[in-house]
Amino acid sequence: MIAEIGLAALWLAAGLCLLQFIAGAIGARGDEQGPVSALVRPAAIVQALLLVVSFVCLLWVFAVTDLSVALVAANSHADKPLVYRISGAWGNHEGSMLLWVTILGLCSALIASLERRMDARFVKTALAAQGFVALGFFAFLLLSSNPFARLNPPAEFGAGLNPLLQDIGLALHPPTLYVGYVGLSVAFSFVVAGLVTRQAGPELARAMRPWVLAAWISLTLGIAAGSYWAYYELGWGGWWFWDPVENASLMPWLAATALLHSIGVLAARDALRTWTIMLGVVAFSMSMVGTFLVRSGILTSVHAFAVDPERGAFILGLLTIYIGGAFALFALRAGALAEGKRFVALSREGALVFNNVMLSAILAVVLLGTLYPLLSEALGTRVSIGPPYYNPVTAVFAVPMLLVLAVGPLLRWRRDRISRIAAPLVLVGVVLAASVIAVVAFSGAGVLPTIGLALAVTLAVASWLPLMGRNPRRVPLALWGSMLAHFGVAVSLAGMASESAFSTERLVAVRSGDTVEVGPFTATLGAVEPVAGPNWTALEARIAIAGEGVDTVLRPQSRTFTDPPQNTSEAALLTRWNGQLYAILGDAAGEGRWQLRLWWKPFVTLIWYGGVLIALGGLLALLGHLRSGVRRARIGEAIAQRRADRESEAAA
Amino acid sequence: MSGLAPKHQRLVLVSVAMVVLIVAGLLAAWGLRSQADYFYLPEDIAAKPPEPGRAIRLGGMVQRGSLRTLPDGVTIAFNVTGREGNAVPVTYRGIVPDLFVEGSGVIANGRLMPGGTFEAETLLAKHDENYTPRELEGLSDAEAHEVLEKSVDQ
Repeated sequence: MIAEIGLAALWLAAGLCLLQFIAGAIGARGDEQGPVSALVRPAAIVQALLLVVSFVCLLWVFAVTDLSVALVAANSHADKPLVYRISGAWGNHEGSMLLWVTILGLCSALIASLERRMDARFVKTALAAQGFVALGFFAFLLLSSNPFARLNPPAEFGAGLNPLLQDIGLALHPPTLYVGYVGLSVAFSFVVAGLVTRQAGPELARAMRPWVLAAWISLTLGIAAGSYWAYYELGWGGWWFWDPVENASLMPWLAATALLHSIGVLAARDALRTWTIMLGVVAFSMSMVGTFLVRSGILTSVHAFAVDPERGAFILGLLTIYIGGAFALFALRAGALAEGKRFVALSREGALVFNNVMLSAILAVVLLGTLYPLLSEALGTRVSIGPPYYNPVTAVFAVPMLLVLAVGPLLRWRRDRISRIAAPLVLVGVVLAASVIAVVAFSGAGVLPTIGLALAVTLAVASWLPLMGRNPRRVPLALWGSMLAHFGVAVSLAGMASESAFSTERLVAVRSGDTVEVGPFTATLGAVEPVAGPNWTALEARIAIAGEGVDTVLRPQSRTFTDPPQNTSEAALLTRWNGQLYAILGDAAGEGRWQLRLWWKPFVTLIWYGGVLIALGGLLALLGHLRSGVRRARIGEAIAQRRADRESEAAA
Repeated sequence: MSGLAPKHQRLVLVSVAMVVLIVAGLLAAWGLRSQADYFYLPEDIAAKPPEPGRAIRLGGMVQRGSLRTLPDGVTIAFNVTGREGNAVPVTYRGIVPDLFVEGSGVIANGRLMPGGTFEAETLLAKHDENYTPRELEGLSDAEAHEVLEKSVDQ
């Protein structure tokens, strides 16, 4: 019954989405608006409510393990803990697409209920675009991926969820990532509306900014969470593999980061109009490319839930319609957009253009690296692309970008002189030189880690330089946000460079009682004993860790699940302020020995702390911009009020 | 640039962006050509061996009866077979993935050594029914077993 309610709600929502599209499209045509176009906002809001109902129904059938629903039978099992039964609802193809559509609907509803800065015609056009995008995904969901399909007769047992996905990481990582992916649809709809209604000035940028910021914050957190999840759950000790699925989340982030900065230029200076519009299209296109790569089954990974070429073709079709359509509209209208304001190369705009171009270049490098194996396979040669390609080629563009980031925020808008920022420039140069020398002299790290560490130190200092000559109490919240986010980049970079330069690894086969040295610690293997969990059994090793004032026991496990039958390695982590000790238990190695793999990774945690700081910076900027938006609206109202008063006085 | 009309400024910006993107594309093309790991089945290695020391991926089935652990306790050695029964000896130092067993599919990243042994740096095993390394799709379990049985009979 619950499943039928869910399906019915989904169909009704699809109907309302169609209404939202039609009503919005009528509203987009001009001022003479019939009664139908007034329905667009209510349609969007009710649609979102229905989608939430539908999604809650899905959560419910998973929570109670209703095995007459095909999706539950194929992906869940009654023995799992409740939190994993619920999070399993989006740990599969159909459920994750329902989550995608639900978030898309919520975005529509939020635009309909919150957006007041732009005029009614603009909002209706944006909602029409949003509805048009949603319609395609509704069709995909209802025609080829129905999450509520019944199974007759019901299954006796569920097939269970891939144990790698039975983790709190799965409960958090997909929803945050999806909010980011789908949140970028708002940027897409807004630029489409901007093109249709010919509004591409600072108002559009100011209206878009909170949406893009919110999506970007969520995307940042989702990527950081995904990276940490892969790090501790896969047991390979790595935090980024340049896996196509990871790239699928990185590409929208790169595009959104570029968009965020060009929006800043458009809002403050009314320059970079066309460029911003194009980035808005590119950012959401990257979200859809990501969805295509992950959901089409064209790639192999824990994310590719089902290999079904029909679905891949469906998403590819949608992709072509949306991206092609948006670029066609762009080509038709971009030429007619009024030119933006001018600026010289040495200016804040110039630095931000540099940032944008470099981010786009990195995006191109990652996109080509991700697609090349697919193209090459179609031509009959199978290849794989890994860090030896990505690390140096992205660094070629990332290093100049980060150098400019160190000084760019100090520049003035429109035009500036080198002599004005000579003092901070010298400071940045000295810090950079000193840190390069220090790293080379004391660490003997490789080329890229050396550059990374030196840049991280420089950037950590430089990110706070905009405070110079300002009263800290009067610094706008948005500026605090940008400084904090840039500092977060430095922190994250420091973690990455340190992990790759200073990690030490030990791989040994030891008997109980043997001691191994790893980094500053000694590890002594104690007993290896069986333990049992709610739906697994495991072998657990006790490893006594001593050194640097630490005296503790790590318990890595080798777990065996029964539904589905699968083994996983549970890493044990010791987190210290200056790094993490990472322990994995392998197989029995004969003669009473056990395989152990131990890593000491100095400052590896900075990678994710940096990610959190970046997101936090985004949040501060979001709050700052919302506050100044409210203030600006209030001033506008006050001025209008005064003018009205004066007119009425004059009339009297 | 301030002396330029807005239209020219846009032209300059577009040209700069295009140039950088083309450079990125060329750099990527160069990197892709020189850094791609090519995929080999054992019969490919027999027919046309890659130059020793070049990073490649080797895919196939772990030959039954070939898997053994070396005395150090952390290095394993096994043979990988393909569709035609050619076997490539592989060594791997590390903890093998869960579900890495004889008779199952495996992808190994590594290098072919001058002696003809493949030194694997990473191993990717077939996870479950829903997750087969893409390169092994052509090789169904039944087919693989046939190949293996043939190779055992010989």
